[in-house]
Amino acid sequence: MHDMSAHVAPHGAPTSFIRKHVFSLDHKVIGKQYYGLALVAVFAGMVLSWLMRIHLGWTNFAIPGLHFLSANGAPGNVMTPEYYLQLMTMHGTIMVFFVLTTAPFAAFGNFFLPIQVGAEDMPFPHFNMMSFWVTFVAFLVLVSSFFVSDGPTLGGWTQYAPLSAIGAIAGPGQGLGVVLWATSIALFCVGQLLGALNFITTTLDMRTKGMSLMRLPLSAWAWFITSVMGLTAFSVLMPACILLILDHMAGTSFFVSSNLVINDQLQSAHSGGSTLLWQHLFWFFGHPEVYIAIVPGLGIVSHVLITNMRRPMLSHRVLIYSFGALAVLSYMVYGHHMFVSGMNPYSSLAFSFPTLIITIPSTVIVLIWLGSLYGSKLRINTASLFALGFISMFISGGISGFFLAQPSIDIMLHATYFVVGHFHLVMAVAAIFGIFAGTYFWFPKMTGRMMHEGMGKLHFWLTFVGAYCIFMPFHYLGIAGNVRRYQAFVDDYLQPLIPVHRFITVAALLTGLAQFIFLYNLIHSRFKGAPAPDNPWEATSLEWTTATPPPHDNFAGKLPVVYHDPYQYGIESSSGDYVMQNSPERIKTAYDEK
Amino acid sequence: MRLEQEEVSSMATTVPEPPKIEPLRSPSLSSGKGGWRNLTPADGNLQLVKDHSPAPASTGIWVVLAAISMSFAAYTSALIVRQGSALDWRHFSLPPVLYLNTLVIFASSITLEISRRRIRSFMGGVRDQTARPARWLYITLFLGLLFVAGQTFAWLQLRRQGFGLATNVSYSFFYVLTVAHALHVLGGLAGLARVMVKLQHFTLRRSTLDATSRYWHFIGVLWLYLLFLLWMKM
Repeated sequence: MHDMSAHVAPHGAPTSFIRKHVFSLDHKVIGKQYYGLALVAVFAGMVLSWLMRIHLGWTNFAIPGLHFLSANGAPGNVMTPEYYLQLMTMHGTIMVFFVLTTAPFAAFGNFFLPIQVGAEDMPFPHFNMMSFWVTFVAFLVLVSSFFVSDGPTLGGWTQYAPLSAIGAIAGPGQGLGVVLWATSIALFCVGQLLGALNFITTTLDMRTKGMSLMRLPLSAWAWFITSVMGLTAFSVLMPACILLILDHMAGTSFFVSSNLVINDQLQSAHSGGSTLLWQHLFWFFGHPEVYIAIVPGLGIVSHVLITNMRRPMLSHRVLIYSFGALAVLSYMVYGHHMFVSGMNPYSSLAFSFPTLIITIPSTVIVLIWLGSLYGSKLRINTASLFALGFISMFISGGISGFFLAQPSIDIMLHATYFVVGHFHLVMAVAAIFGIFAGTYFWFPKMTGRMMHEGMGKLHFWLTFVGAYCIFMPFHYLGIAGNVRRYQAFVDDYLQPLIPVHRFITVAALLTGLAQFIFLYNLIHSRFKGAPAPDNPWEATSLEWTTATPPPHDNFAGKLPVVYHDPYQYGIESSSGDYVMQNSPERIKTAYDEK
Repeated sequence: MRLEQEEVSSMATTVPEPPKIEPLRSPSLSSGKGGWRNLTPADGNLQLVKDHSPAPASTGIWVVLAAISMSFAAYTSALIVRQGSALDWRHFSLPPVLYLNTLVIFASSITLEISRRRIRSFMGGVRDQTARPARWLYITLFLGLLFVAGQTFAWLQLRRQGFGLATNVSYSFFYVLTVAHALHVLGGLAGLARVMVKLQHFTLRRSTLDATSRYWHFIGVLWLYLLFLLWMKM
């Protein structure tokens, strides 16, 4: 009788090389694989941005070797206007999907969520493995479009219809390039949905004894909320991509309207499609997506800051509720991307209002951070510096959001460099700073070795100053009317702005070079770094209670029992000024002595 | 004077009062607060926790159903927006075989429920050899395949009449919705086959059985919804 309901044995420690490092079921290996993928993608995306910036600063400059990447796109090593747009599209797609979604959410989340909740693994390890490999294939499909005859798509990472749906007539890469793009993104959706399934069930079902929801660290909460967002956002983007592929391959008319004249030719194959429909479907995914990129960063930064402040945040609960409010509101604001799309003006009003509301939870989060930091004796190390940098970027980029949230101002600033500056600061650079903070903080646990602090601090200051030099002038350019997506600035009113563009280009090249310090530090420390103790930062959450690096089942056969809230700092105990979550020790407070 | 100093020192610090922890609190007292795994008095022993805690499949299946619901909601809203965006929507009468298919998938839900109850009582120790729980699973599997065959017949019928995927956008939506649904039915059939294999090897867990049957009932309900939507719009 008993064997009938006996469950499948958990997967044991793997022995073969393939099972251990390639098709691994271990959430820790999968997390590292995601991190590696993001690392490759971020450097690829960075090189693309370099190429674009050089072209914007010195339009006729021949970039040595560029014609090897595309003979048609860069004859004589000077990129064509179309090829500029193709590189721009790939930069956006690679960065948003394969860096900002994979690194803070899939990489760190996979590695640390099960350990932070006190589980031996995710509940569906096979799905977890599929999640990574499907994402990997999606990346290959996307990159392969560089090597097809007319190159990758030039439609931007948003792929607005009808130009994305009409086929090769709309420009280089709009035929096969778009199909590869949409296939890649649909596959990516599958991978992230499988990941979200594991993240949600891990948080709800796999928590160890004593780990109530409110005892979860803020990073675990952020990953959980992000996975719920991912579940609802990616399951909408996938149908949209399927409809886009059908418009291409099967001649359907979902997104292509009647009587279109493109390149002097009447497009008679399609009729009646709705171009706005694509924008609705895309931005219903697209706006939550930017919160999928940033919310894990909010959690990681809170986690890092608390450890280095040696005190809990002013309110654990309010932070969690604010993360949740961001998630809910992120679905109600997507129309603010469409203020100039010909939407009903009343809709603009309806989308503007929640967009302004969403600044409230964001502001609450920032105020809690600043209020908790005020008067604390912050331990300055690379991780805490990057956490402070995150706050700085989040505020600087967030403030321009107030302007863009209002249709009356957005109509003027829409599709200018002001928007580019806004989203790069608040979403891209801030999220990257979150990834850096997480890397410097968790690297010892992930690899068993410490990173070099001196190189880390140098990397921080160069990146911090560099990022502001790149993205602050974008706001100037936008207010001066510089439209985005132009590949050269030939109009009279744009001529005086070219020196600003050259300054940005130089700043981008130097800031990019500084990232090689990080890469060197990462690789060198992986093999030659000082051995890391189990708890180098004197932190309290469960990932620091286990060995460094953690054993295959995370806790060596015995799950921890949790007795405390996650952040018991600033108290007296036998171990110093903190008590770890799994310590049965009774907390002695200053109030006891009175 | 002393009192003043104390007041000043307590004002100078912004550290919030740490929560008071009861002395020697037993971990079992916190049961029910921290996930299902806390319900087991296993003291963190990995094997005991594993043996006693319900499998995450019961939560996971709801997550899966939520994702599927979202994607069909996306298709539905696309259909409504696309229909309103131009005057080219062509109405047509649905192939009658769809109504027959509806009966088939409805019947398969009933047979699966019979089978599920028999397997559960079998697991619970009622060893009634005449109950034959696997037989009803085979019937369910057959009905599922019959449903997919019926849908294929409907597609072929429309195609023979000259109505393809790109003939008109109403046909496009018809094909996209029914094919997407049929793929989910095939996924359910794979799940049922897995349940059968596990039943034969005596490795079936109740949570797997319940999750699979919940999925199967869901795609039945999803089909009723799609049929209603198509009947209204076509």
